[in-house]
Amino acid sequence: MGMLERIAGSRRAGPEGNGHLPVDAGLITDTAAYAGERPTAWQAVQTARNIGRPHALDVISRVFDRFQELHGDRGFRDDPAIVAGIAELGGRPVVVVGQQKGASTEENIERNFGMPYPEGYRKAIRCYRLAEKFHLPLVTLVDTPGAYPGPEAEERGQAEAIASSIQVMSRLATPIVVVVLGEGGSGGALALGVGDVVLALENAIYSVISPEGSAAILWRSAAEAERAAQAMKLAGPDLLETGVVDALIKEPTGGAHTDHDATAAAIKTALVAQLERLVRVPVADLLSLRYERFRSFGTVVEPRAGEVAAPPRPWWRRVIGR
Amino acid sequence: MRLRNPFGRKPKEFPSHLWTQCPNCGEMLFNKQLARNQSVCTNCGHHFKLGAKERLELLADARSFSETDADMVSSDPLGFVDSKTYPDRIAAAQAKTGHKDAVLTGTATISDIPVVLAVMDFEFMGGSMGSVVGEKLTRAAERALADRAPLVIVAASGGARMQEGTIALMQLAKTVAAVTRLDEAGVPFVSVLTDPTTGGVLASFASLGDIVLAEPGALIGFSGARVTSETIGEKLPKGFQRAEFLLDHGFVDQVVPRAQLKERIAFFLGAFRVAGQDLRWSL
Repeated sequence: MGMLERIAGSRRAGPEGNGHLPVDAGLITDTAAYAGERPTAWQAVQTARNIGRPHALDVISRVFDRFQELHGDRGFRDDPAIVAGIAELGGRPVVVVGQQKGASTEENIERNFGMPYPEGYRKAIRCYRLAEKFHLPLVTLVDTPGAYPGPEAEERGQAEAIASSIQVMSRLATPIVVVVLGEGGSGGALALGVGDVVLALENAIYSVISPEGSAAILWRSAAEAERAAQAMKLAGPDLLETGVVDALIKEPTGGAHTDHDATAAAIKTALVAQLERLVRVPVADLLSLRYERFRSFGTVVEPRAGEVAAPPRPWWRRVIGR
Repeated sequence: MRLRNPFGRKPKEFPSHLWTQCPNCGEMLFNKQLARNQSVCTNCGHHFKLGAKERLELLADARSFSETDADMVSSDPLGFVDSKTYPDRIAAAQAKTGHKDAVLTGTATISDIPVVLAVMDFEFMGGSMGSVVGEKLTRAAERALADRAPLVIVAASGGARMQEGTIALMQLAKTVAAVTRLDEAGVPFVSVLTDPTTGGVLASFASLGDIVLAEPGALIGFSGARVTSETIGEKLPKGFQRAEFLLDHGFVDQVVPRAQLKERIAFFLGAFRVAGQDLRWSL
C-alpha cells in the first residue's frame, strides 16, 4: 500500500487526524503476526471452504444497510452464483458485487456452489459500470472455487467474460476494494479481484487453480490435493508475503464460521477505513496506482546489458553449421 | 549380398525423424515436405502445432524480427516441487526449445507494417504464463503504446503456470491492464489463437484483441478436459472447444488457414492505422 499511502495519507496520526479510522484498524499487514503458528495449507483450504463460513449475503446483510439486489446480465439470465446491488455503507451508497455460495446442499445447488457462469460475470460488469457512472465506490466479495467449467459455460464464452471483467475493473474510474471471504479460485475469482486495495479474511485462500485441479494436472490424481495445496502457497500469510493481498482481516478465535457478527464487524471497519482513504485520491492517480499494483507482480531475473555476452560458438558448431 | 544382423531390430518403414503421421487422417507425411507446407497436412489440411521460431518465419517479414528481453528468466518464488523442482523443469524446457521461456517478443514488420510481435511456444512447459511471459507481454504492450505500433500476439498456451502460484494468476490482470491501455489509446491489437489456447491465457489478453483470429481445428477453451472431469464429473463432448465452435458461438472473428494468416493480419493492420496517424477517411 506504499504509493497509495503517500498520496492518501496513512492516517496513523491518531485521533486528531480528522476523525477517520486508522487504515490498519483490525488488519494484519505483517506476517510477523504468524511467527511459528501458521495453519497447514490443507487446514487453510478446509477452513476457507467451511460451509458455515459467512458467505456474501451474510456479510452484505451485516456490513451494509438497505441492500437492494440487482438481477440479470441484460443478455441471457440471472446467475444466482453472483449477487450484486446497491447498498449503504455508513450512510453512503456503494455498489456491492459478490460470489455467493450456499450454506446447505440445497442452497449450494441453487447457487451452483458459487461457480459463476459467463452471465454472472456479465452481470458483475454491468454493475461495475453503474458504479463508475454514478461515482459510487465498488466493493467486491470473492468466494468461489472457480468459474463454472461445464459445456454451457464454454458455449457462452466463460473465458471472454472473465477477461472482460478483469479489463473493466482494471480501468474503472472509481475506488475498488476487494475482500476475499473464503475461496479465491483462479481466474473466476480474479474476475472480481482487481482493486485498489485487496483484503482477505485471515483464513481465506487464493490460488491459481484449485488444489484438486492442480493435483489432477501435475500428479494426475485429485487425491494429491493436499500436497498440491502445500506447494501452491495459497493461505493468508503466504498471500501477504507475495503482496497478492494488502492486508488480512482478523477473524474471531476459532474462525469466521464461529461468529458471523464479529467477522462482519471487522470487515466493516476495514472497508470504511479503506474507502475513506481511497475516495480522496484523484481518479487519475487511482487508475495509475491500480495499474502499477498489478504491473509489479512477477519475479523475473534479468542479466543487465553486457553482463551476458552470447556464449562463443565452439569451432565444431561453426563447421557443422549449427 | 548384404549381410543382415539377425538379432538387430528391423529398420522401421517410416522412421520418425523422416516421417510424421497425421493424427487427423492417418496419412504419412514426409517431414521436409510437411515443413515446406508450414506444418499443415498436405492431405487433409490438419494444422500441426508450430514452434515460436517457425511461427516467426511464417508471420514476420524475412530478417525483420528483432528480439527484446531475450535473456529474461524466471526465479522460483514458491520453491515449487511436484515430481521435479520448478528450476529443473525450466532447465529441461530451455534445453528442449532453445528459448528462455514460453514467449518470444520483439519488433518486426508484417508485410512492411511495423508491429510489436509476441509469439508463444507451447513446447515450453505447455506455453504456460508465469512471471516472464507476463512481464514480456506487458513490456511488448507498453512498447506498442510508446511507439504507437500495432501489437500482434500469437497465443499457444495451456494457461497460467501453476508452479508460480498466485503470482502467475496476477499475470492475467497485468497483461489485461497493459492491452487495455492500447485499447484506450486506439492502438490496434490483433490476437491470434493457435492450438491450444486455454485457461488463464484465453481468460485474459488473448480474448481481448480488436480482432481475434484462430487457426483451423485449434483447441480453444476456458477449462482443460482434465479439470472439467475432476470438477464436474462429466467429459466435454468431442469437437467442443475447437476454433470453429468458437466461431459459431461468436467468440472469434475468423478462422484463418495458416497459409493466409499473414496477409489477413496485414489486411486488418492496414485498415486500422493507429489513431491520429494517417486517417484513412477524412471524416
